[in-house]
Amino acid sequence: MSSKRIAASLFLLATAMTALGAGKGPEKEQLKLGFIKLTDMAPLAIAYEKGFFEDEGLYVTLEPQANWKLILDRVITGELDGAHMLAGQPLGASIGIGTKADVITGFSMDLNGNAITVSNEVWGLMKPTLATDDKGLPKHPIAASSLKPALEKFKIAGKPFKMAMVFPVSTHNYELRYWLAASGINPGFYSPADVNGNTRADILLSVTPPPQMPATLEAGTINGYCVGEPWNQQAIVKGVGVPVITDYEIWKNNPEKVFGVTKAWAEKNPRTHIALLKALIRAAMWLDDKNGANRKEAAQILSRPEYVGADYRVIANSMTGTFEYGRGDKRALPDFNVFFRHYANYPFYSDAIWYLTQMRRWGQIPEGKTDAWYAETARKVYRPDIFIEAAKELIAEKKANAADFDFVSEGFRAPTSDFIDGIEYDGRKPNAYIEKLTVGLKGQQKIESGNVVGK
Amino acid sequence: MSSASSQQAPPLVAVAPPVKPVVARPVLSQPRWPRVNTAIDATIRALSLVGLGFLKPIVAICRGEDPRAHMRQLWLDLGAPVIAMTAFLLVWSQVSAGIQTSLGQIPGPVAVWQQTKALWVDHLVQREKATAFYERQEKRNAGKLAEDPAADMTVRKYTGKPTYIDQIFVSLKTVFAGFLLATLLAVPIGILCGASKTFNAMFNPLIQLFKPVSPLAWLPIVTMIVSAVYVSADPLFDKSFVNSAVTVTLCSLWPTVINTAVGVASIDRDLLNVARVLRLGKTTQLTKLVLPSALPYIFTGMRLSLGVGWMVLIAAEMLAQNPGLGKFVWDEFQNGSSESLSRIMVAVFTIGIIGFLLDRIMLALQNAFTYGPTR
Repeated sequence: MSSKRIAASLFLLATAMTALGAGKGPEKEQLKLGFIKLTDMAPLAIAYEKGFFEDEGLYVTLEPQANWKLILDRVITGELDGAHMLAGQPLGASIGIGTKADVITGFSMDLNGNAITVSNEVWGLMKPTLATDDKGLPKHPIAASSLKPALEKFKIAGKPFKMAMVFPVSTHNYELRYWLAASGINPGFYSPADVNGNTRADILLSVTPPPQMPATLEAGTINGYCVGEPWNQQAIVKGVGVPVITDYEIWKNNPEKVFGVTKAWAEKNPRTHIALLKALIRAAMWLDDKNGANRKEAAQILSRPEYVGADYRVIANSMTGTFEYGRGDKRALPDFNVFFRHYANYPFYSDAIWYLTQMRRWGQIPEGKTDAWYAETARKVYRPDIFIEAAKELIAEKKANAADFDFVSEGFRAPTSDFIDGIEYDGRKPNAYIEKLTVGLKGQQKIESGNVVGK
Repeated sequence: MSSASSQQAPPLVAVAPPVKPVVARPVLSQPRWPRVNTAIDATIRALSLVGLGFLKPIVAICRGEDPRAHMRQLWLDLGAPVIAMTAFLLVWSQVSAGIQTSLGQIPGPVAVWQQTKALWVDHLVQREKATAFYERQEKRNAGKLAEDPAADMTVRKYTGKPTYIDQIFVSLKTVFAGFLLATLLAVPIGILCGASKTFNAMFNPLIQLFKPVSPLAWLPIVTMIVSAVYVSADPLFDKSFVNSAVTVTLCSLWPTVINTAVGVASIDRDLLNVARVLRLGKTTQLTKLVLPSALPYIFTGMRLSLGVGWMVLIAAEMLAQNPGLGKFVWDEFQNGSSESLSRIMVAVFTIGIIGFLLDRIMLALQNAFTYGPTR
């Protein structure tokens, strides 16, 4: 080893080794990535602040975006190289729900992290129906059936009951719908004639960008919403609403955001893509490291105006292993935000297929599809191959442990019944799963002039 | 075509350039130091051009002129505005204390001033971070070079967030780009419309149709067209910059077109007759006669255009998430932190002050050309 090499810093050595190991550096060094102001953008902020992007030779600028539609459009037009996306967005884009484009993902950003909040008025009507524990606090999880007195009251008053989610193909939409439908409340069907998804709905769902949720709730335009953090905790701090259930209780360890790029971009910049994933994996590891000891620092970073920008205490409420349900009703919820554990970053085909089953269930996919179609669509969009390559490089560089990664599952999680209604989901049998769900389209059912027809 | 007839029935609405004397030169009783006085006069004239006319009475009093004559002027130019401003600050701090929003109290002047300072400190911190970034990069590049002599040594720009000061300059750059483009388009169109009735008849419906269109309506179309047409592997400008600038152009085009047209149409007929007698060529007529006499109108139009452009730009940045002050406001609104409202207030005042300064600059140019040697 030359004296020059010894003189070089350890960090430079690592970079050099990466370059040697991979053959060459990233094709594109200067990148712009988009995000929405939500705490689950944390892997991006941490990868930037901790220098993980720079370690990979990437010069990344992070730019907040106004809404999910814009983020997808700007990735497609190339204004952004990649972005924080809803898991359903790359899938929705590839099958043409809304914008049609080939968007792929090789990195799932986190598990859980959403909650459903209702207005104070609705909470007042729900509360008397709830079972309480010995401290007089409501027992969780709270089923959507407790909404029924409120629905009844709204019906008599002739007012529509409205709830908001963040995007038609968002995890929030499917989680909110799952929660409602598990108690027999119909959240409405989509059809080519009804892109708002309100056909036969008991509750009218609509789209509101995450940061505007508390303000919209306060204005009385909506009676509740499903959104990521910090916008549920914000409702408590502002005193405009009460979170009733987290998505962890609706589906334990459900996949949440993904890091999306266009297929064309990934094919043109394969080394860059892997370098990005490596930095993001390291950030995710840092976030879950030492049993969450880094979370306070993470919450501090996220509270800066250029990232999430909400007050530290609001962000820390959900980022540090607790969740505040009502004012003062703070409970331990260590898995509310999972960034790395439980193979959180692996883009499982089975996760993609679950979203596709929900798109079918609620009519966004207007016709029945075969099991093979579900698997094929998932393979087109979810790319564990790229993720595994990035993970292997990190392991070779001794920046990660092989034991933390899944190399054996072939992209399917084991069947699980960790749902609020206990129905088992097996990613290899999507149609059989759809049959088991009580409310929703099944088989070849269609919406025709506002009615469910066929079987 | 007779220009007089087109003046009789102007189809377009124009704002005539203000015809006000710039500085009524005070007749000095006994100039003691003629050269100094000339210099002072020149300064006063310059100050008045940029809207600092209130200094005039002060200078006059200092120079030993009768104070009583200038006191009233001083009151109007300085005293009254200062009192109004103080009253505004008082009412603001009183009213704001009483309004409770979900983001806390409406910030008063003190909170806003604190955030102004905080934004400046943040700017300095970011600059330090940028320096550290370049140092790190230099080290890394040195390492790369040792590894491979043919390595790509391009220096990458700082990747951190733009500071408030950066956002201001981005907005200014964008508005001037859009405004320049608008002027380059509007003046020739305006000249054509003013010089030829046929052109006027052709363009008038289009102008009337597009003039009232809001930037919010243009923006999606501009975004789509720009991303379809403006494709290049290594673009000179960011797409977001082009989007904002083009939107500004589309919205700020009209006042200049209209005023130029009126200015050209209302040229003195005698001048044209002289040109005919002298058998001046079309180009000479344009540069020696038409343009000079239309210049005051053109500058009035440009002044209005820049004002419209600045307003439009903030909306465009907010809506299209293009960097700049508009995006700053939007991001802070989304942050919803306890400091957000004060920061938005800082932006409101910044936008107002910059808008005012832009107007003053254009007014100065307009005044300079209205009474300049070209006429």
